[in-house]
Amino acid sequence: MDNALKVKILDLMIEARCMEERMVKMSKSTDGFFWLGGIGEEAFNVPLGLLAKKGHGLDYDFFHFHYRNGPTMIALGMDPADELRQMHNRITDPFSGGRNFCNHYVRKEWNVVPVTSTIQTQCSVAPGTARAQKRHGGDGVTIVTFGDAGTAEGDFHVGLNWATLPGWELPLLFICTNNAYGISTPYDEVHGQEHIANIAAGYGMKTKLVNGNDVEASYAALEEAYNYCRTERKPYFLEAFVSRLHGHSSSSGANRVPEGSEEDPLFKWRDKLIEQKIIEAEHFDKVYNEQTQRMKDLLAEIRKEPAPTAADVFTHIYAEA
Amino acid sequence: MATMAQAIRMALHYGEEHLGVTDVFGEDVGPPLGGVFTASQGLKTAWNSPLDERGIIGTAIGLALAGERPVAEIQFGDYIFNTIDLLKLAGNSCWSSMGQYNLPMVVMTIVGAGIHGSIYHSHSFESIATHIPGWKIVLPCRPIDAYGLMISAIKEPNPVLFLYPKALIRVKGKDLIPGEPENERELKKMIDAPPGPTLYDIIETRKPWRPQWPEGLTDYQVPIGKARIHREGKDLSIITYARHVFMAEQAAAVVAKEDGLDVEIVDMRTLYPWDRETVFNSIRKTGRCLVLNEDTPVCNFGEHILRTVTDECFYELVAKPRLLAGADVPGVGLHPAYEEASVPQVNDIVAQIRGICGEAP
Repeated sequence: MDNALKVKILDLMIEARCMEERMVKMSKSTDGFFWLGGIGEEAFNVPLGLLAKKGHGLDYDFFHFHYRNGPTMIALGMDPADELRQMHNRITDPFSGGRNFCNHYVRKEWNVVPVTSTIQTQCSVAPGTARAQKRHGGDGVTIVTFGDAGTAEGDFHVGLNWATLPGWELPLLFICTNNAYGISTPYDEVHGQEHIANIAAGYGMKTKLVNGNDVEASYAALEEAYNYCRTERKPYFLEAFVSRLHGHSSSSGANRVPEGSEEDPLFKWRDKLIEQKIIEAEHFDKVYNEQTQRMKDLLAEIRKEPAPTAADVFTHIYAEA
Repeated sequence: MATMAQAIRMALHYGEEHLGVTDVFGEDVGPPLGGVFTASQGLKTAWNSPLDERGIIGTAIGLALAGERPVAEIQFGDYIFNTIDLLKLAGNSCWSSMGQYNLPMVVMTIVGAGIHGSIYHSHSFESIATHIPGWKIVLPCRPIDAYGLMISAIKEPNPVLFLYPKALIRVKGKDLIPGEPENERELKKMIDAPPGPTLYDIIETRKPWRPQWPEGLTDYQVPIGKARIHREGKDLSIITYARHVFMAEQAAAVVAKEDGLDVEIVDMRTLYPWDRETVFNSIRKTGRCLVLNEDTPVCNFGEHILRTVTDECFYELVAKPRLLAGADVPGVGLHPAYEEASVPQVNDIVAQIRGICGEAP
């Protein structure tokens, strides 16, 4: 990983963080309703987006995200204004026209299929795109992401099973970002498995554990996992241990967790780059302040954009032939 | 004439040859069995899935998201209930993404009683299915409609739930499907897989077998959303579908002979979006309405029809409109006494017709 890439990752992490911090503020004001997002997962989720093959159709990667992949969308090139539009439920929200919660992205031209609030159903759907890709050939893969709590759902096992059918092993990258909680319930209270990856290993799948708060470890693990799926056309399971810095969602206040209780991957990466003399401390402050101001300015503009009206409720129930 | 199983099979064949069907899949859908009701025998895109309804519906959604055109089967409608949230996702993908992702997928499943199927091979599903917006839902009763509706379903850019009645799956039609050979024994020889002495033997027996598809099959379509008049009459309209079209026909023959009553039967064929015009026109003509099906009565799809008929045709009715549905019990029991007491029978329909027609305006 060269220095330019290291700084690029830092800048994208800051951009994602500032977007989410603006959305948390919006959830506490009249600018938005519910918030949930990916603050604390940037060190893993930015490389996840940077290493992807972005485009439309079977030659490119398909993404079955959950609602903590804001940093991945930023790394893929999403304009943060679009996510703020969704948070502010404007008709200009390109993902759902103000119909869905924030961080429920949909972008067909990048193969980002609809994020759904139903936990883990993405694991039952992902084998479909991966099967189409297996049949098509090429090196496009399917990525499905989820947290640790959702792996208790049957759909998790559906995905693992359908990805490993004899002769139809799928180019499907399973990503579990394990933050050790399901809303308020600790992982250890409701899971007997030492590692979720052990379940995937039972299906005969190649697996790896990684510190998701470490940019370099995450980047390397993702590079290996992507390459394996692209070339072997088989599934891979990556379990990344990450932080959850603003709680589950705005339902628990979305306040920053107490200092020192969870590692902040952004500050950790900042400190490392300063220590390695790749950036000056001022670089971080400058970019962070600029991005904070940018999100504020974007919101000011978005507030002027039109809201959905009652007449919009009936659009797009069906596609026309 | 073709049976409904043969009709569906021919339509799926036409779909994979000419309409871009990429996958026909589900439990035992591929070789050697070709579906427990044989509706997918001999198809080149048919494959066996794990015994996992959620995986079947989920994978169908995924295939459709990837631009493929899948037809997924849930072996019995009784086992589709554990996929309802996935069906809801399929139904809301287009709407929630502002039209970015529509799902060209068909889910087929066999429904209803009539084969001594006991508690878990007799369920109806239409009342729950019609409660899931974003889908189109069809339920044919004749092989020719099954063919034409399957062709329409495959061509449809939205998810279509293709329900078909268990009791009629092996009943031969009265109308020749365009391209179907006139000699039904010849058809059977061409497209029915050879039987094997046991389930284990058919794997070997059927390995070398290939169907010989009729060459003249067409894209004959029955439009989604169009009902048909199964029997014309002037005294009362029975609004029904599936097996009860034919049970209504038998009841109509009884009252024609014994009471001199002339019953009209509307076969809805599509349950959503349903053909309001044909239904209302029939009721406006006869002034009397009986909605008939075999699903359980509370929140029954027929209650929706009744409510709409009351809204739209109230002042043209000369008698109270009624619903004759299945009994309000947790299941259809195995012994015929249970089944006959839970599912409307011909004599029940006759009694309803007499009751409605005997009512003083």
